[in-house]
Amino acid sequence: MINRQDRVPGPVKRQWNWRIWTGFLLALAVIPAYFLFFLRFPVTRDVPWASWLMFAGAGWLLLAGVSRAFANSAVYRGKIAGPFLAFLSLTAAIFFAYATLYASRQLPAAGDAPRVGEKAPEFTLVAVGGNTVAMSSLLSEPMPGMEGQKPRGLLLVFYRGYW
Amino acid sequence: MRPVAISVDTPDQSAALCRKAGYTFTFLSDPKAEVIRRYDLLHKRGGPDGKDIARPAEFLVDAAGVVRWRNLTEDLRKRTTPEDVLQAAQLLH
Repeated sequence: MINRQDRVPGPVKRQWNWRIWTGFLLALAVIPAYFLFFLRFPVTRDVPWASWLMFAGAGWLLLAGVSRAFANSAVYRGKIAGPFLAFLSLTAAIFFAYATLYASRQLPAAGDAPRVGEKAPEFTLVAVGGNTVAMSSLLSEPMPGMEGQKPRGLLLVFYRGYW
Repeated sequence: MRPVAISVDTPDQSAALCRKAGYTFTFLSDPKAEVIRRYDLLHKRGGPDGKDIARPAEFLVDAAGVVRWRNLTEDLRKRTTPEDVLQAAQLLH
C-alpha cells in the first residue's frame, strides 16, 4: 500500500497569471476600438474617455498581475512576461496619447479663410459625372425633390479626400 | 440648404466614394487645390505620399453668397455634427 506522502513530488505547476494577459489584451484593443468604433460618436471621439478608461483597466490588471508574479512567484507565473507585456501596453498608451493629443492637431491655421459676414469666393469646379459647376449656379438651380425651389444656401464641406 | 463637398479627389474617386457611402449630394473636384487655396484651406503635404490636400472646414453660405457660419476645426478627429449644422441652417430662414 502506497501512502500519498511517499509519492515523488513533481514540480508544482504554477498558476497561469490571467491578469497580466487580460490587461495586455485590453491595452492592445484600445487603438483598434477607438479608430473602428469610438471615432464614430462625438461623445467618445472628441474626448476619448472610454479609451482612457480601457487603458486604466489594463494598467490595473497588469499592475495586479505583475505584483503577484513577483510577490508570490511560487504560485503565479509571469515574472518575465509581465514586465514585458506591461512595457508593450505602456507603448500603446503613449502612441495613443501622441495620436490624439498631438498628431491630429497639426492642421494649418487657415487665418485667411472667409469669415462670417464676408462674401464666399466664387468658384467653378468639375462635379462627379464631368459637369462643370459654378457656385452661383449651385445657389440658383432648384434643389432636387424640392418642387423647383432654390436652396436657401450652400453648405460647403471641404474634406481631406477619400483614399 | 444644398450640401456641396469639395476635395482634391478626381470625379472618379468621388464617384467611388458616393457609390460606397450612398451619398447623392454634389461632390466637386479641385485636383490642383485652386479653390482650396482661395479659401486658405491648403494643408501642404497633408495627404498620402505628401500630396497637398484640404484641411477639414465647413461653411454655410446664404443665397447672396455671404458666409453665415463656419467651422474650422483645430483637430482632425473633431468635425462638426449634423445637429450643429442644422442649428446653423436656421440662420438662413
